Amino acid sequence: MTIQVVALLLIALAFYWLGHNIVSNLRQLGKDFDFGFLWSRSGYDINQRLIEYSNNSTHGRAALVGILNTMLVAALGCALATILGVIAGVLRLSKNWIVARLMTVYVEGFRNIPLLLWIILIFAIMTEATPQPRDFRGDNPDASMILFDSVAVTNRGIFIPSPVWGDGAGLLLIVFALSLAAIWAFRRYAHKRQEATGDILPVFPVSLGLFLVPTLLVYFAFSAAISRDQYPLMGVGGQQGATLEQFVEENRNPSICAIPDTAVVNLSTELRAIGQRADIVSVSSAAQMQESLQSGDCVLAVMPPDVAATMAGSLDGVDLVTLGQTIDRGRPLQFERPQLAGFNFEGGIQLRNSLIALWFALSLYTGAFIAEIVRAGILAVSRGQTEAAFALGLQPSRTMNLVILPQALRVIIPPLISQYLNLTKNSSLAIAVGYMDVRSTLGGITINQTGRELEGMLLLGLFYLVLSLLISGVMNIYNTSVKLKER
Amino acid sequence: MKKSVLLGTLAVAGLAAGVASASTLEEVQARGALNCGVTTGLVGFAAPDANGEWDGFDVGVCRAVAAAVLGDPSAVNFVPTTGQTRFTALASGEIDMLARNTTWTFSRDVDLRFEFTGVNYYDGQGFMVPRELGVSSAMELDGATVCIQTGTTTELNLADFFASNNMSYEPVPIETNAEAQQQYLAGACDVYTTDASGLAATRATFEDPTAHVILPEIISKEPLGPLVRHGDNEWGDIVRWTLNALIAAEELGITSANVAELAAGTNNPEINRMLGSEGDLGGMMGLSSDWAVNAISAGGNYGELFERNIGENTPIGLARGLNAQWTDGGLLYSPPFR
Repeated sequence: MTIQVVALLLIALAFYWLGHNIVSNLRQLGKDFDFGFLWSRSGYDINQRLIEYSNNSTHGRAALVGILNTMLVAALGCALATILGVIAGVLRLSKNWIVARLMTVYVEGFRNIPLLLWIILIFAIMTEATPQPRDFRGDNPDASMILFDSVAVTNRGIFIPSPVWGDGAGLLLIVFALSLAAIWAFRRYAHKRQEATGDILPVFPVSLGLFLVPTLLVYFAFSAAISRDQYPLMGVGGQQGATLEQFVEENRNPSICAIPDTAVVNLSTELRAIGQRADIVSVSSAAQMQESLQSGDCVLAVMPPDVAATMAGSLDGVDLVTLGQTIDRGRPLQFERPQLAGFNFEGGIQLRNSLIALWFALSLYTGAFIAEIVRAGILAVSRGQTEAAFALGLQPSRTMNLVILPQALRVIIPPLISQYLNLTKNSSLAIAVGYMDVRSTLGGITINQTGRELEGMLLLGLFYLVLSLLISGVMNIYNTSVKLKER
Repeated sequence: MKKSVLLGTLAVAGLAAGVASASTLEEVQARGALNCGVTTGLVGFAAPDANGEWDGFDVGVCRAVAAAVLGDPSAVNFVPTTGQTRFTALASGEIDMLARNTTWTFSRDVDLRFEFTGVNYYDGQGFMVPRELGVSSAMELDGATVCIQTGTTTELNLADFFASNNMSYEPVPIETNAEAQQQYLAGACDVYTTDASGLAATRATFEDPTAHVILPEIISKEPLGPLVRHGDNEWGDIVRWTLNALIAAEELGITSANVAELAAGTNNPEINRMLGSEGDLGGMMGLSSDWAVNAISAGGNYGELFERNIGENTPIGLARGLNAQWTDGGLLYSPPFR
């Protein structure tokens, strides 16, 4: 007891001394301890941002952008690692010699080579072996887009189409939510009926039908109703009835005002098709659009016909003309595909090489560990369980889903939590490929520009601690729900 | 066990605290070597040559300081630093001085608690693009993908330049010049931006330098110079006046070839004061009286360092421009040695 008290006192003293040491050293260096830098202008740009951010935002916001990027790659990584791990773990137990050996090679290869090497290797392959955007240019380009010209694989990342919600998207979402509710109700009913009578209803086809049919019907009905609508283009200056190309010819890089919707996407597509970058200023109302046109903030606008009718001739001193070309109003849900414009592909979503390299490397590496955990979990369920299930006449798939996996999960979940935590913390290797995670924004550029090493590192440590505890907490709740319940 | 760990920690911490309180000059003299922070490799400024010997314009400054303090230009431990690690390395005392194309700015001088001891290269930020893109002005770069070293002033200038010209760009953050070179040559970015001298140095190492153009726009002032920690003014003085000695030596016509001869005494009192044959300027700084002779014979005067490492006869081929002596219309102007 005395020893414990003495040890406690000594430890407390040591912590006090360390704290005191920090404070006095900082004073000697003439530095204070202040988190005020989080509210000052950051001045630097970040390429991948999930929320609005520019170099006029604060350091705090830059940290938040980094935090979201970290969480994005961690979530993507955990999901893919789990899928890879489960597949590899099950296949490693396969009776097929080749499949089992291949999985062994995967597991041993990935978990015995440092993660950083895999990240850099995948990144190097992505940047060196894929074409540059300018290779896609010209009549006889060196490279071309894949999947019906919708996906471009370049050395700056993979560009994929992005969904854009148009008019009627709300209705579509409501119908879809109702379909999901109907599926849930039907499955509940089917389950009850099976318990009561033993009849098995065709759950899967009905669910699939409910999932797709109502939403698609509404989509097509709505599209048929509005897709022929044309929105006029109003330009400042230029000739009445000119085509878009002629207008752009006269006004290089015109700034365009629009209320964000699918018509804007269609206009952007038209612009990029003639090699022009779409520089669109979002406005929220017709009045604001009128103001922007009046002040010269934008020289071209796309708007519904009724707004166009009120606007024509109502602008003082501005020569507003209607172009001869009109723009499709669009559909409730549209996909904006990437197009080459200027230096780069624009439109759609850019999955940057840094994200892909980090995501794949983290998933493949952690997947190898998860595969071993899954294999251990399955082997932990005794053979008698399978035999008993077969003796009852259960199909192999049901045996796996209803008997083996629920028991294996109890063994799998606790070590799986550690793997998720590992993956999350390993994502701080992002700096190796220039992925802008929280380590690169708050822990890198911000610290460097402001000189707040101690504050920045403390915040960074705190963030990883909180995130890890959160993941661990959520997984523990799940673990409690699947673990053996004693009644 | 617990106690011994604790005592060990206390002892180590106590030692660290003890070291921190000695002056930098005493530390360097006790160590017998200068710890100098340089880039991880930028040909012409600081890069290891084929024999692994560090060489370059910034390296020349480190060697001159080592020669002035220790009398031996080779008594330098070169510590490669990236844009992100350099300030931490200096603030923590891992290096005694930093000579790494570092821009003198207000916040670095005042808020980061460093002391810039002069300017050894007046630079400005430029852009390099492949010739085949057909770009002739930085104003045509709207929508371009730009490789940029993180943690630098160029990163902030870049953001300001594009914002003030109402253009957009996609930054590709990279850590070192070598990484930038690889990304740029692979076409992962359209443009590489850094100080114009750095661009010239990088371009000189390309297989075909003529396939790349440096755009005419210089978008910022980048006075690059060596720096030390705040608080040790004696050490700051040594680095400052060593640099000034190199600059003044060129103005006074002292070169590595004739310095030994001139050190014996001349009829120019300023040369005599500087080289120690009259008065004791070295003693005032706590150095020997031949400190400037050693510094100049280490790699020559400023002009010699410039011509040998980055001048017009090297592959990098930089003109003196702003970096000429004030007597030749440049900005180099050393205060008098008196």
